[in-house]
Amino acid sequence: MNNFEPKIVAFCCNWCSYAGADLAGTSRIQYSPNIRVIRVMCSGRVNPLFVLKALSIGADGVLILGCHPGDCHYIEGNYKTLRRIPLLKKMLQQLGIEEERVRLEWVSASEGAKFAEVANSFTQTIRNLGSNSSGPFKQNSEEEKDG
Amino acid sequence: MAKLKIALYWAASCGGCEIATLAIGDKILKLAEVADIVFWPVGIDVKYADVEKMPDQSIDVCLFNGAIRTSENEHIAKLLRAKSKIMIAYGSCAYEGCIPGLANFYNRQMIFDRAYIETPTTDNPKKIYPQTKVKVPEGELEIPEFYDTVKTLAQTVDVDYFVPGCPPEEKTTWLALEALIEGKLPPKGTVISHSVKALCEECPRTREEKKVKKFYRPYEIIPDPEKCLLEQGLLCYGIATRGGCGALCPQANMPCTGCYGPVEGVVDQGAHFLSALASIIDSNEPEEIQKIIDDIPDPAGTFYRYSLPDSLLRRARIK
Repeated sequence: MNNFEPKIVAFCCNWCSYAGADLAGTSRIQYSPNIRVIRVMCSGRVNPLFVLKALSIGADGVLILGCHPGDCHYIEGNYKTLRRIPLLKKMLQQLGIEEERVRLEWVSASEGAKFAEVANSFTQTIRNLGSNSSGPFKQNSEEEKDG
Repeated sequence: MAKLKIALYWAASCGGCEIATLAIGDKILKLAEVADIVFWPVGIDVKYADVEKMPDQSIDVCLFNGAIRTSENEHIAKLLRAKSKIMIAYGSCAYEGCIPGLANFYNRQMIFDRAYIETPTTDNPKKIYPQTKVKVPEGELEIPEFYDTVKTLAQTVDVDYFVPGCPPEEKTTWLALEALIEGKLPPKGTVISHSVKALCEECPRTREEKKVKKFYRPYEIIPDPEKCLLEQGLLCYGIATRGGCGALCPQANMPCTGCYGPVEGVVDQGAHFLSALASIIDSNEPEEIQKIIDDIPDPAGTFYRYSLPDSLLRRARIK
């Protein structure tokens, strides 16, 4: 799997992390091109459903980036995320998906460098884990009954 | 008017749905006035071959309960779909996979190993597994193939309506039958229930603020009979479950387990319950949050108790 390029979805909150990603770009910081950014209004908007959906249709990893605790534009949206992600990870492990495929990080609007660092280190983590669709389970496959 | 022709079938199910169809009580006489049952393995002696001889679309309604677990389930689902004008996924197994669907945490080999080798009461020194074809002196015997993954009915054939519940409540069953008898059918794809909203809407318990420091399993506490069960730390599924049953379990001091499936418009009931449940944890400290989460020993099995095959991931990935 030398030429494996992970597909990574990054949900970035509008107020901090998306601005952080923007800063990384305007500062011309180079970071891994495997990240596909999706802007959401708040990390609290990221229903665990979004993560499952991404993983079920071919994402190898999902990043959730929000404002630092205490800095949420909506006061406590990111605290909800802080509670959801550990429970989601516990559930994913039961479903045979490595918990490392989902990561929650706090990136503020001034942390362009941190955004790049998170993008790079997460891409490396997923690169080491390998493709999410590997293994005997193929989603929606007609052949699966032949196991 | 000619009598309606009704077929009832059970695939991978426990038989509870068969009893639920009878639970409509004396209304069954009303049903008998307007409908003939043409196929019902539990109740009448009509063979598969007889169904195969029926013309296509000759059955008006098929109430199909049970998930699709074996090649026999799949074959009959396809057969009945061809013979029936209206196909109803009756009960949680046909609708979402339900308890048989929890087998999707494993695969066929793991299930066979457990059932035919590992169980303490099994004596199978030659490690004989079931085969789909076996030669005996009298000829070749065939049994259905056991699939790796449990599917819902709608993942197998086109389904017109869904009746939720494990099993469906009497009034829910009658709501569907009445619509059929009177010919007032809802749009295709409708989940037939008295409610499209969450169960909490019909739960008589008093609700205040949802903040939970510790989750309990039902055997650990005797809950206050008046207060919201979720607020008392029980994993009550009402917030993520379609109403229509009348909140029977919460009224018996037991938390809802989610058998009526997701509320209208929701995909993946488990993810929505997870989302709502985690957000009421009363802590902002990662260590404390982890400790509170540790009180939930089996999140996937709890959140997807009735809906693993119908969830986005459909099954666990086995390495």
